[in-house]
Amino acid sequence: MSAVEERIVELTGDVDSGQLLEVSMGPHHPSTHGVFRMNVELEGERVMKLKPVFGYLHRNHEKIAENGSYLAAMPFTDRLDYMCSMTNNWAYALSVEKLAGIAVPERAEYVRVIVAELTRLQNHVSLIGFLMQDMGASGTPLMYAFREREKILDLFEQLSGTRMMCNYMRFGGVRVDPTPEWLAEAEALVGRFPAFLDEFEQLLRENEILMSRTQGVGVLPRELAVNAGVTGPMLRASGVNYDIRKVDAYGIYDRFQFRVPLGEHGDVYDRYMIRMLEMRESVKILEQALREIPEGPAMDPKARLRGLRPKAGEAYGRIESPKGELGFFLISNGTPEPYRYRVRPPSMINLTVLEDMCLGRSVADIVVTLGSVDIILGEVDR
Amino acid sequence: MLGEGIVKGLAETARNFFGSYAEKDRLTTVQFPEERLPQAEAARVFPFLVYDTDDMEKGLRCVACKICEVECPPKCITIEKSTEKKPDFTGKPQFFPEKFEIDVSVCMSCQICVEVCPFEAIKMDTAFELSTDDRFGGLHWPKERLAKPNEYYHQIHPMEAAAVDEQLAEKKAKAEEKHVPAAAQAEGAAAR
Amino acid sequence: MSAETINTEKVKAAIEAAVRGCRVEILPNGSPSGQHSLILDNEHAVEAALFLRDNPELRLDYCSDVAGVDWLDKEVTEKVKVWKLVDGAEKEVEETRKSVTPGYLEAVYHLFSMEKKHGPVVLRLRTQDRGEGARVPSLTPVWRSAEFQEREAFDLYGIVFEGHPDLRRILMWDELKDHPMRKDYVAPPDEDEPAGAVAQEGGR
Repeated sequence: MSAVEERIVELTGDVDSGQLLEVSMGPHHPSTHGVFRMNVELEGERVMKLKPVFGYLHRNHEKIAENGSYLAAMPFTDRLDYMCSMTNNWAYALSVEKLAGIAVPERAEYVRVIVAELTRLQNHVSLIGFLMQDMGASGTPLMYAFREREKILDLFEQLSGTRMMCNYMRFGGVRVDPTPEWLAEAEALVGRFPAFLDEFEQLLRENEILMSRTQGVGVLPRELAVNAGVTGPMLRASGVNYDIRKVDAYGIYDRFQFRVPLGEHGDVYDRYMIRMLEMRESVKILEQALREIPEGPAMDPKARLRGLRPKAGEAYGRIESPKGELGFFLISNGTPEPYRYRVRPPSMINLTVLEDMCLGRSVADIVVTLGSVDIILGEVDR
Repeated sequence: MLGEGIVKGLAETARNFFGSYAEKDRLTTVQFPEERLPQAEAARVFPFLVYDTDDMEKGLRCVACKICEVECPPKCITIEKSTEKKPDFTGKPQFFPEKFEIDVSVCMSCQICVEVCPFEAIKMDTAFELSTDDRFGGLHWPKERLAKPNEYYHQIHPMEAAAVDEQLAEKKAKAEEKHVPAAAQAEGAAAR
Repeated sequence: MSAETINTEKVKAAIEAAVRGCRVEILPNGSPSGQHSLILDNEHAVEAALFLRDNPELRLDYCSDVAGVDWLDKEVTEKVKVWKLVDGAEKEVEETRKSVTPGYLEAVYHLFSMEKKHGPVVLRLRTQDRGEGARVPSLTPVWRSAEFQEREAFDLYGIVFEGHPDLRRILMWDELKDHPMRKDYVAPPDEDEPAGAVAQEGGR
């Protein structure tokens, strides 16, 4: 028996099989959430090998940022993970604040928490919609998800001027101070959200087709998840208690009461349920933040908009973005441009384990597994 | 029982379907070109240049300081400074842009030019139906196309424009205060 | 504000005690973040990384970020005062001397611990030069999370990670010869659309 055949037998237990079929899945496959390709080797329906191929959306974001000022990189961060521009802004602002030692006023911290948790809500809800779409539930769950997402995006538009490319945070605060009306509207939205979540859960949670398509599929063992640097809901679905909001308590997250939902099996169903539960925790954080938000400036009065020149040095800042750990590594050499600007993209690193999760499963399971990873190609390719 | 979950889900779908006739919250879409949702006050699309009075050439607030050109992240603004000066709203002679071009195919609507402008000269427009069949000329907006009167600014961002007007009036009053004693002195000197 | 930070000195001492012959150097960080880093020597890097991962006290089981950094050749000009014979008499004369510190590439690893919830420990591996000797040992066998990120550093910076299981380009196409994130990279002219010419043609 050749090495390949041995591998087939090892994975499938099938001694009679023999031929491998190479399939290029993507880059225009509708389930790949953009332009993403997988080189798959199949034995019948079973996956023997899977190599992700990406870079179709590569624009050398890091080089662009190294050629501009610190401020000029901010609107480009919106375009990394274009579903969650607010959290991208925060991660970058946090890193620069660490690098230059800029303080953030209390009110701005609260506003940041509010917009970040709203972003988490809209990201998770639309991810679940997309996941169902990938599974064949065309339309209904995604439309319900997008209906709620739209309400959050409307709030973002009122606050920052744009639905998705918010460009909202600045070093030392946020660009616009939310009005009392805006805060009241956000509070009303957060108040209505649990009812929607109940409805959404009722729609899907006990669905037998969903369960048989997701339970036991794409299992990610705990040890592998840690070693492969998987972060975010995917890691917690594998049962590792690691949430940067708790570990680093960046911003003011130590002031809020919330729990970190953990999975047990590390399969697609767990990843789906973790996101559902995380939304409920986000609602709790939002309720507390909207209740406690103090008056005051939304921007550090000493912070200047232009001409930031941090001392030579470096800083790595990270936050818990809806996809996982989003980090920015900056090196300054005392000039107005960053010498090194590096993004740690959670969706790209979460793809490392895609092959391990899909081996020995069928092609239809690749689609579901990839959907549960939650990738955004704008961030994978940068 | 097998299938119970699916039935529950279908019941939810039915509730949403029939509910959409009764509850406004469940039916959020509009028939776009005929029906339009109101735009948010803060909405932004592409920048435009504000001018006071009726004359675009005379009333342009921009003084060609080129800060926005430098700070623009995708570098889509091109400015050429004039050789002579013209009086601005306080009467002080200032340069003006001989050429001011924005390549809107490159512009990413980030609003940084608006934030860095110390003269309240560039603001964000809200017009969004801007398609053109001319790939180059049609997307390269010259000064003439970018310039819009202050009244238009009041129309699209009423609250913001009012605040800006107040600020500028204050500036003007201060400038006149300085100006008046100086003028009086000059008159006095001439009389002697 | 961050999680429990680790004393860099202690980590250095621990590595040196555990891995025989390993040279560790501390690179202080001047920014308020205070994240100092450890420069490992390339021969013992994998051994040291294994120690950091498996040591029960440190347990740095999570390698978060791998970043390539390019440091160009540095030309330092200094003015030195020298005694010299000028017109028969000895005088103090100022002379400029040029010295070149050769550039190198660097792979920066940020390590955290998911078990102990502390970090970061910053590791740096340096290449000999920016040409043929741009090689460092791969830490992918220690932390799988470095797999794609080391491929990215190879792709964009040209750092060859020895021992990487699958070192190919990841973002750019395979035929490309250059490494676009290097500081001396010059982008080729846009062949499809020479901006000026087409714009004139198209401008009606």
